[in-house]
Amino acid sequence: MQTTIEKKHIRQIIFASSVGTLIEWYDFYLFGSLAPIIAMQFFPKADPTAALLSTLATFAAGFIVRPFGALVFGRLGDMVGRKYTFLLTLVLMGGSTFAIGLIPGYEKIGFAAPIIVLLLRLIQGLALGGEYGGAATYVAEHSPDHKRGFYTSWIQTTATLGLLLSLGIILVTRKSLDANAAVSIKEFESWGWRIPFWFSIVLVGMSIYIRLKMSESPLFSKLKSEGKISTNPIKESLMKRSNLKMVLLALFGATMGQGVIWYTGQFYAQTFLENACKIDFEQTRTILICAIIFATPLFIVFGNLSDKVGRKWIIIIGMLLAIISYRPIYQQMLNLSNTKNTVLDESKTKIESTINVGANKDYSLKTLTTQQFYQNGITEKIIHVDTLYNDGSEKSQATDKFSKILPNDSYWAMVALVFIQIFFVTMVYGPIAAFLVEIFPTKIRYTSMSLPYHLGNGVFGGLTPFIAVLLGTIYTTDPLVGLWYPIAVAALSMVIGALYLSNKLDPNVND
Amino acid sequence: MNQLKRIAGLCWMVVAILAYSILLKTTFAQISAKPTTDTIVQWSIFAIIFFPIAIGLVIFGWLAWKGDYDHLPISSEEVKD
Repeated sequence: MQTTIEKKHIRQIIFASSVGTLIEWYDFYLFGSLAPIIAMQFFPKADPTAALLSTLATFAAGFIVRPFGALVFGRLGDMVGRKYTFLLTLVLMGGSTFAIGLIPGYEKIGFAAPIIVLLLRLIQGLALGGEYGGAATYVAEHSPDHKRGFYTSWIQTTATLGLLLSLGIILVTRKSLDANAAVSIKEFESWGWRIPFWFSIVLVGMSIYIRLKMSESPLFSKLKSEGKISTNPIKESLMKRSNLKMVLLALFGATMGQGVIWYTGQFYAQTFLENACKIDFEQTRTILICAIIFATPLFIVFGNLSDKVGRKWIIIIGMLLAIISYRPIYQQMLNLSNTKNTVLDESKTKIESTINVGANKDYSLKTLTTQQFYQNGITEKIIHVDTLYNDGSEKSQATDKFSKILPNDSYWAMVALVFIQIFFVTMVYGPIAAFLVEIFPTKIRYTSMSLPYHLGNGVFGGLTPFIAVLLGTIYTTDPLVGLWYPIAVAALSMVIGALYLSNKLDPNVND
Repeated sequence: MNQLKRIAGLCWMVVAILAYSILLKTTFAQISAKPTTDTIVQWSIFAIIFFPIAIGLVIFGWLAWKGDYDHLPISSEEVKD
């Protein structure tokens, strides 16, 4: 039985590891959530080279660099130690995030701006590639055998909570820069987007302070004192047939399917709500925020359950449920936001015109808002904004903003549909850290588990929203065609996992 | 069960080659249809990044076919070649 001191010690370890990992996810998702504004500031579409750099910043950091980060920092973690490696990833991530918030825009420093942003984004991707494996390994190597799933599941909550934090801080900042909502949004798009990036340095500073107080993993320290640490972890991980087969099995039988389910439930759902269902910006975010808040405790539930019944079948059943439910769920999301089969109440149509002076008083915003009300309770909002400058010039918004606001019952039904998707995420993701830790030996664990994790999540998962949207542009007749990508990948992973994975818990990760 | 694992190994090799061929075909079709920077970069990245993964799935299938997954290691002592 664990003593009270041991329990307190493990709680401190979980807290210190989780806070740092949460901040890294916050930093990483911040860029993704603010991508359209960042593109306006640094990557003007009119300039083809800047547009190319924008595409590279989006794709390279998320998908190509993350697995490299896993190899670079995994190697370091298996040779130097877990503690210093994931301290380094935290400093790199926090520093680059803060720096993105400081870079002058393309209009001020020209090409230097997109190039610096791209470099910083690459550093972010590298750092993220090294962080997760370190935190999961560190917690697992401190955990008692019968509670490894439970303790590591706290680390599993951090990616979702990082997303939640980034959504929350963006929403709050966007609304609080001016008493008038339109001006506040305009100010946010002009300079206020930098605030969430600056805020990162406070979080990272606190986390570094906490992590500095931690000691090295006892298993790694033991290996080091016995002179048994690996001299070439990458070679041992990938060139030894007996370990390579486990890396491949972890990727194709678990993390590949888990990755697409994670990104479908939390990113594609957001893209779909906004682009296919045309739900209002704020409602989309609050739907996701509510669903995340309700579902997050389930990571712990399934992590804990995996200590009792094994990891394999929880992950496989999670994949199966997602595969069979995705299309009905997304069809229902479309139905809830549909205005085609309902009647427009034209007598209630409202048209409002307002003029607001900008914060610097060098421009005014002329906003024309048309609100249309449908009998099923949906409100359609069409906003047209013209910017009137003091020198007499006028700039009209390129396209009108079109969005729908759901009535209360449809709103909560939408929350429930996103919640179900995150429920699947908690099943496949909650136990996976313990699963990955248990299938690799201590001396090459950091490297071996980080690579399949970041290939599964970075490449297969991270590409989900892009591939799904691309499929929608190729096959335009089916609005749900994008779902075939996560469904196919998860199905392949489920069959491989069911056939080849073992459900036995490894009682000993000390080897 | 081990027999099934081995036969399925052949399927994974075929799936890898088929899936990558479809990706390459789509990449060429998309780039020819719309040869803009965005299209070229996006689809080239997909084609490049999924190449080693397809190779990985072929190796996985080959190892399964050879019987490497008949028994999974239960201790680090078994992870030695």
